[in-house]
Amino acid sequence: MAARNLSQLKLGEKGIIAGFHDSNLALKLLEMGCLPGTEIQLTAIAPLGDPICLQVGGYTLSLRLDEAAVVELQ
Amino acid sequence: MNKNPKIALVGNPNCGKTSLFNALTGLRQKTGNFPGVTVDRKIGVTRLDKTTDVDIVDLPGTYSLYPKSLDEQVVLDILANPASKDYPDVVIMVADASNLKRNLLLFSQVSDLGFHTILALNMVDVAEAHGLTIDVDRLSERLGVPVVLINAKSEEGLNNLKFAIKGELMEHSELPKPVLRLDTVSKEFIQEIKSQFKVANDYLAMLMAGQIEKLRFLTSENRSLLGDINRRHSFQHVDFQTQETVNRYKVLGAIADESIRHKNGQPQETFTQKLDKILLHPIWGYASFFAILFLIFQSIFSLAEYPMDWIDSGMASLNEWLKSTLPEGLLTSLLTDGLVAGIGGVVVFIPQIAFLFTFISLLEESGYMARVMVLMDKLMRKVGLNGRSVVPLISSVACAVPAIMGSRTIQSWKDRLITIMVTPLMSCSARLPIFTIMIGLVIPEKTILGIFNLQGLALMLLYLLGFVSALLSAWVMKKVLKVRERSFFVMEMPVFQLPRVDHVIMAVWNAVKAFVMEAGKVIVAISIILWVLASYGPGDSMERAEQQILQENPAKSPEELGNEIASAQLETSYAGRFGHFIEPVIRPLGYDWKIGIALLTSFAAREVFVGTMSTIYSLGGDDDTDTVKNKMRTEINPETGGPRFTPAVAFSLLIFYVFAMMCMSTLAATYRETKSWFYPAVQFTYMTAIAYAAAWITFQSLS
Ligand SMILES: Nc1nc2c(ncn2[C@@H]2O[C@H](COP(=O)(O)OP(=O)(O)OP(=O)(O)O)[C@@H](O)[C@H]2O)c(=O)[nH]1
Ligand SMILES: [Mg+2]
Repeated sequence: MAARNLSQLKLGEKGIIAGFHDSNLALKLLEMGCLPGTEIQLTAIAPLGDPICLQVGGYTLSLRLDEAAVVELQ
Repeated sequence: MNKNPKIALVGNPNCGKTSLFNALTGLRQKTGNFPGVTVDRKIGVTRLDKTTDVDIVDLPGTYSLYPKSLDEQVVLDILANPASKDYPDVVIMVADASNLKRNLLLFSQVSDLGFHTILALNMVDVAEAHGLTIDVDRLSERLGVPVVLINAKSEEGLNNLKFAIKGELMEHSELPKPVLRLDTVSKEFIQEIKSQFKVANDYLAMLMAGQIEKLRFLTSENRSLLGDINRRHSFQHVDFQTQETVNRYKVLGAIADESIRHKNGQPQETFTQKLDKILLHPIWGYASFFAILFLIFQSIFSLAEYPMDWIDSGMASLNEWLKSTLPEGLLTSLLTDGLVAGIGGVVVFIPQIAFLFTFISLLEESGYMARVMVLMDKLMRKVGLNGRSVVPLISSVACAVPAIMGSRTIQSWKDRLITIMVTPLMSCSARLPIFTIMIGLVIPEKTILGIFNLQGLALMLLYLLGFVSALLSAWVMKKVLKVRERSFFVMEMPVFQLPRVDHVIMAVWNAVKAFVMEAGKVIVAISIILWVLASYGPGDSMERAEQQILQENPAKSPEELGNEIASAQLETSYAGRFGHFIEPVIRPLGYDWKIGIALLTSFAAREVFVGTMSTIYSLGGDDDTDTVKNKMRTEINPETGGPRFTPAVAFSLLIFYVFAMMCMSTLAATYRETKSWFYPAVQFTYMTAIAYAAAWITFQSLS
């Protein structure tokens, strides 16, 4: 299976975080609970398609698509 | 200086720190259900028992001790600097119980710094609604600190919390073992920093090594020395911090799992998730957003109208009564034409201000604000702003000064600067009186399509005009600045909440009080100055004006000529001369010297425009018993013989005030936030230029 990133999830779909491309953004996302191995689900998409809302570790996080693209999924 | 022990409230954004601060101190700092409400430290006092008072320090929220924006920086400044005047004796770590693991990250960093820490578990009601219960004893035992359950919103658990504070202050309880084992760096490295900088705590040494630029208390020698040490030990701060975060989560995840119990299996879709499906829906999302805006502006006009009419006619009768009871003379004139007329021009707007602030407060406390940020981010980004700019822009509808401070949560300097520069284009509550009066003069009070109040629609259009021009100006600045700085929008979405009614009422009450007091102070001063300037003229010009009118109309008695004399005198008074002096500049916009006087006074505060008009028309000799609006409606333009406030003039004034930067406090706020006089100067110039040009075009094309 080809490696996917978070921005490619479909509405309602779940994925497991594998790692990050961008080390600066990685720290911020780690602090917000996006740890490798954590399940993450796409719960809403803003009307213009960007940003997106994700359910992770028991709360809702919103990210821009280019930020989500930094997160690799298993 | 008091020597009270200092207790700092530290925690993730939106976990309820300020609510707890308000509950403990009895103060009313601003709260709101979105991250980033508090952007600066605030201090209050609370009484633990008869003999002990402590200072409570409320801080902005942050996810870690590695700040990414200015508001988060405040927390690092205080906790990493033992010499700071706010350095706490005890830290209350406020944690959102519905999200324990993530909140524990910051807790463990603070606790590793060697603070006596109390973990205050807040939002327990939310956690329970999510099916989570927390074993407090277990958690306390595993973390080695007191854990207290509180509800900052309903103010429960405060006594237990105070008891725990007393405990931490008195017996010097042992500190727990650090959560993070510093085994990714060498002992010598830590030791070298500790001895060079006389630091006692290992983790503090690591914070210094990792944030050379961010620790503002370091001198430039300190910085180069630290840089040196880092280089010799080939210390990579990003790697260290990433590893640190992962390692902390490993330990804390286990502790959280042990102390949280999940109720019955599969989590269901929560109310917030269901509501988000509608509020962020491609169609319903924007539809509901505009419906909410509509509702706000409609009620500002249609509902607030009744109480406004009562106040307006009440003030008019008061004036009439004063004039008939008090002996005629200078003082009476000062009181009635000067003060009462001026103050009347402010207090009539209380109902509208109250409505406006009720809605803003509901938007902020419900959690909808965060949704608007998501709805708007993409649009905002196109013009060089950020989804987070929505908060300054929306709160600027109340007042631009706190709104400009609110921009501190924006991480990128470019996004933040542009936000600051365009925020004053949003129409603030001080402009509402001018809008209301002018709309009332030229837009008929009609209902169209059955439900829309035409005046309310006009008001909404003016606000939208401000918003659109803010976006356009931002876009121009983005092109001019050409900065390629990466901007971020990583944000936690709060769950929807029902606001506490008494908190909303308090917020509205405070806003109304501030509006009346602020405008009141200026209006009293201005009314007196204006009355003096408008009642006296150079030399004997006032008497000569009276004589001239009498000679021109020999057939009439002085009583019959009262109005003519009064207006001739006003024209020759100091104020009148001043108005005439600037008339050439404002004539192309359709204004006469009387409007010129009001324009000038409104530099002190926009709220006083209507009050000044009211004072001038009272002195001008029109019927004193009339309301402000009627005085303006019946004012005659001597050149045309028609009404002074034709649609062209009224629209020109409306447009002028949409754009004009007439607020010293806002310029001062821009200076404070950008630390340079350049930006406020640019702000003033570009806004005034737009205002003049737009008002000119409006007047010329309508007349
Ligand atoms: N349900 C519930 N809501 C709470 C509780 N405590 C606070 N709130 C609400 O949570 C929201 C955020 O509260 P604030 O006190 O502004 O949070 P803060 O931590 O100061 O937020 P920032 O200043 O943005 O970091 C408000 O709407 C509060 O009414 C609680 O125990 N339960
Ligand atoms: Mg706060």
